[in-house]
Amino acid sequence: MNMNREGRPTGTGSAPLEAINKAALLPSEPLLFEVGNVAHSGVDLPDVSIDDTRLGAFRRKSSLDLPGLSEPENMRHYVRLSRLNYSIDAGLYPLGSCTMKHNPRLNEKMARLPGFADVHPLQPISSVQGAIGVIAELAEWLMVLTNTKAVAMSPKAGAHGELCGMMAIKAAHEAKGEGHRNIVLVPESAHGTNPATAAFLGYKVVGVPAKADGTVDVQAVEAALSPDVAGIMLTNPNTCGLFEPDVKKIADAVHAAGGYFYCDGANFNAIMGVVRPGDLGIDAMHINLHKTFSTPHGGGGPGAGPVVLSKALAPFAPVPFVHAGETGLEFVEHVEGTKSFGRLTAFHGQMGMFTRALTYMLSHGGDGLKQAANDAVLNANYLKAKLEKVFTLPFGDQHCMHEVLANDDFLAGTGVTTLDFSKAMIDEGYHPMTMYFPLVVHGAMLIEPTESESLKALDAFADTMLELATAAKAGDVARFTSAPQNAPLKRLDETGAARKPILKWVREE
Amino acid sequence: MRYLPHSDADRAHMLATVGVNSSDELFDVVPADLRLRKALDLPDHAPEYGVEAHMKALASKNHTGADGPFFIGAGAYRHHVPASVDHLIQRSEWLTAYTPYQPEISQGTLQMLFEFQTQVANLMGMEVANASMYDGSTAAAEAILMARRVTRRKKIIVSGGLHPQYRDVIKTYLSDEEGLVCRPSNAQGTASIIDQVDETTAAILVQTPDFYGHLHDLEALAEAAHAKGALLIVVVTEIVALGLIEAPGACGADIVVAEGQSLGNPLGFGGPYVGLMATRQKFVRQMPGRLCGQTVDADGTRGFVLTLSTREQHIRREKATSNICTNAGLCALAFTIHLSLLGEIGLTKLAKINHANACKLAIALDKVSGVEVLNKTFFNEFTIQLNKNAGQTIQALADRGIMGGLPVSRLEPGRDDLSNLIVLAATELTSEQDIEALTTALTEELS
Repeated sequence: MNMNREGRPTGTGSAPLEAINKAALLPSEPLLFEVGNVAHSGVDLPDVSIDDTRLGAFRRKSSLDLPGLSEPENMRHYVRLSRLNYSIDAGLYPLGSCTMKHNPRLNEKMARLPGFADVHPLQPISSVQGAIGVIAELAEWLMVLTNTKAVAMSPKAGAHGELCGMMAIKAAHEAKGEGHRNIVLVPESAHGTNPATAAFLGYKVVGVPAKADGTVDVQAVEAALSPDVAGIMLTNPNTCGLFEPDVKKIADAVHAAGGYFYCDGANFNAIMGVVRPGDLGIDAMHINLHKTFSTPHGGGGPGAGPVVLSKALAPFAPVPFVHAGETGLEFVEHVEGTKSFGRLTAFHGQMGMFTRALTYMLSHGGDGLKQAANDAVLNANYLKAKLEKVFTLPFGDQHCMHEVLANDDFLAGTGVTTLDFSKAMIDEGYHPMTMYFPLVVHGAMLIEPTESESLKALDAFADTMLELATAAKAGDVARFTSAPQNAPLKRLDETGAARKPILKWVREE
Repeated sequence: MRYLPHSDADRAHMLATVGVNSSDELFDVVPADLRLRKALDLPDHAPEYGVEAHMKALASKNHTGADGPFFIGAGAYRHHVPASVDHLIQRSEWLTAYTPYQPEISQGTLQMLFEFQTQVANLMGMEVANASMYDGSTAAAEAILMARRVTRRKKIIVSGGLHPQYRDVIKTYLSDEEGLVCRPSNAQGTASIIDQVDETTAAILVQTPDFYGHLHDLEALAEAAHAKGALLIVVVTEIVALGLIEAPGACGADIVVAEGQSLGNPLGFGGPYVGLMATRQKFVRQMPGRLCGQTVDADGTRGFVLTLSTREQHIRREKATSNICTNAGLCALAFTIHLSLLGEIGLTKLAKINHANACKLAIALDKVSGVEVLNKTFFNEFTIQLNKNAGQTIQALADRGIMGGLPVSRLEPGRDDLSNLIVLAATELTSEQDIEALTTALTEELS
């Protein structure tokens, strides 16, 4: 290998350049407890003396065994770890149903204004009019986008929003003396959170089958309706990436039977400015601010899941809520004197996500949000058009919404599974799509490009996907079953991890 | 539009590839009467500076913690966060990654979560912690549901020292009310719940330091609970306290939940925060939320994955332990970075400073005529009784630019016996001048 005077390689000699870079740029990193030292701290604090009078007999005697790192060591630890993560900023992240769109940095800057970040949730209301103003303004945008009349802002994430909506439905039935209704209908293609939420509230979950075209069967819904049905939880656009064309008929049937319609709004990104859920007859729908409105996923949260409500459910919304009073915006924080079903969290919800989402909405405007939905749907359909030559798309004879769904038929007989295919995508530089979901499709691959991807990025991705599919069909099985090779780690043993769980680092004696 | 990459030419090319004439056609599956045919009644898109001006105008209407003396705690605490924490959590690889569903390219998040779980478990003196919950209040509600699963009993006794909003969340989560005994909010810290524990009790839930600041004898509570086969759930809303007071696990707690906001996370008007939850190894399969576990890759190299997911909604659906999915990843990251800077030494020092400042504050307030400090014990927060209405006094202080604490009536409006009480906190950011400003103003307001 040739080196320059600094010892850096100058050309492609015997050792591939890539391997050398890999060592420097894809580091492995010991655990915090292996690099840190319990005798160190990276924060300068004065040493004050205290007596134990006010601590009673409760002063700590045991050691916490928590290492401390100086700032440079700490910085290095977390920077090195971060490099082991794939991210939207680094590449296309086509996780279906997750809406991994660009996270604008203006959002981050605004959320960090001291006027938002350094404000306590229990300050006197007169001292937080701007914060309550953000909540009111965001609520207004959400109500206009969905054509609804109320919104519960406090749910902490999508699943928490589902809980909110279903609690409102339960409270509404109880208020009408119909608390006996104990069944919730959930289509088989639903997110796992839907049946989990219904069961959480003591409802019996009854599945509704899909038709051959991937949409919910109205007749099956009608057949399942009874005086014991509290409502239906339906995702629209659904998890197969399709708009439910009979959604209004379903809503009408559910209402006629005395039930309510909960809509899972995870896929709202496809229809902003095109369809208003309030026009579809929904009674409650959560909106994932961390999907549709670009607040960052942060490696698994925080999210925010405000729930828009119909007139019928609005009175039962959880506290707190904002209303305009004589001297400014007022805050209703207690259920007394209201029909509210209660409180879902301490304080007022994910304020930091509200400022980010509102910043995003103001940036896009009503026109931009509609354009974003149009582009998200166009991007998905463009990928669909490119992929359908090789991939098998179970519902491919219709336009999709913002995501494309493939099954694993095209891999039949190749010895390559959806999992193998996903891992091979990693070797080509991509985060895999959502796999094995929805459950109604065998070996599902759910691809959501979002509006953030350029034409060039989509072309490159489609080319890679087609090349992989062709390779799988050509019998290059080892490339798939041994993947990933170009990642910080090879395939991980998940079965072993579950069989004998190691959930905490333990010091070796 | 700065966030949308396509040119009109790109769009035209793509529409042609799809085989349609317009984007509108892609929505032909939507019945015509369900489509919005007009523009949204919302402003059009705006340049960055326009948006920034709008948001700054809203922000400027808020009084910030730095604008004057500040003494509010009550479940959210104003601490200093080292500059490097906020820098690190804004790195693209942390900020813009999803939940680590593909472990080979998510080892950063996964190893961080494994370290976080270890820190939380050690801090609480427990065997195992999960990868975070939404916040302390929802974690408390989930802990109760977990205790019911573990014991297969219904009755839950909630101490009168629990944060009133946490209690309200628990009531809402356990909508049946059946078997839920919430003791009335108790400012004196003296009422015991031990005599109510019986053979049908799933758990007793106690906050320490409690909402009013009192510290509690967890060992006695654990003993009483265990004698009847019940669990002890401990709630901590000020995690810095564990730098100075004994870990709940060392006192016999079975489930410990906490609000982790104090480390790494700003006040932010109430969220997002990070819920912590830890328990004994033998209960882990009844625990809600995500868990990260150690494993090896195909070459035998150590790595980390999400594990025991058969408890979770995406596998178990209606049989899951909880419906929780997205949780508080980035807030957990901020927590773990701050704690790894502090270490045990730094956390202990920080806790001492907090306690020392609170002692100074208590001593100063005790000298104000019309003020009585109720606590014998506290960490960095305690309760005072005034000779007049607390809500009006706090508003009068706010009008002078002083955030003088929380009037208990804000959270307990129906309780006349609590209407003269204020809960106040001091942290490392509380100065002697702040204390003097408060006592001077209070003296004037109460005379």
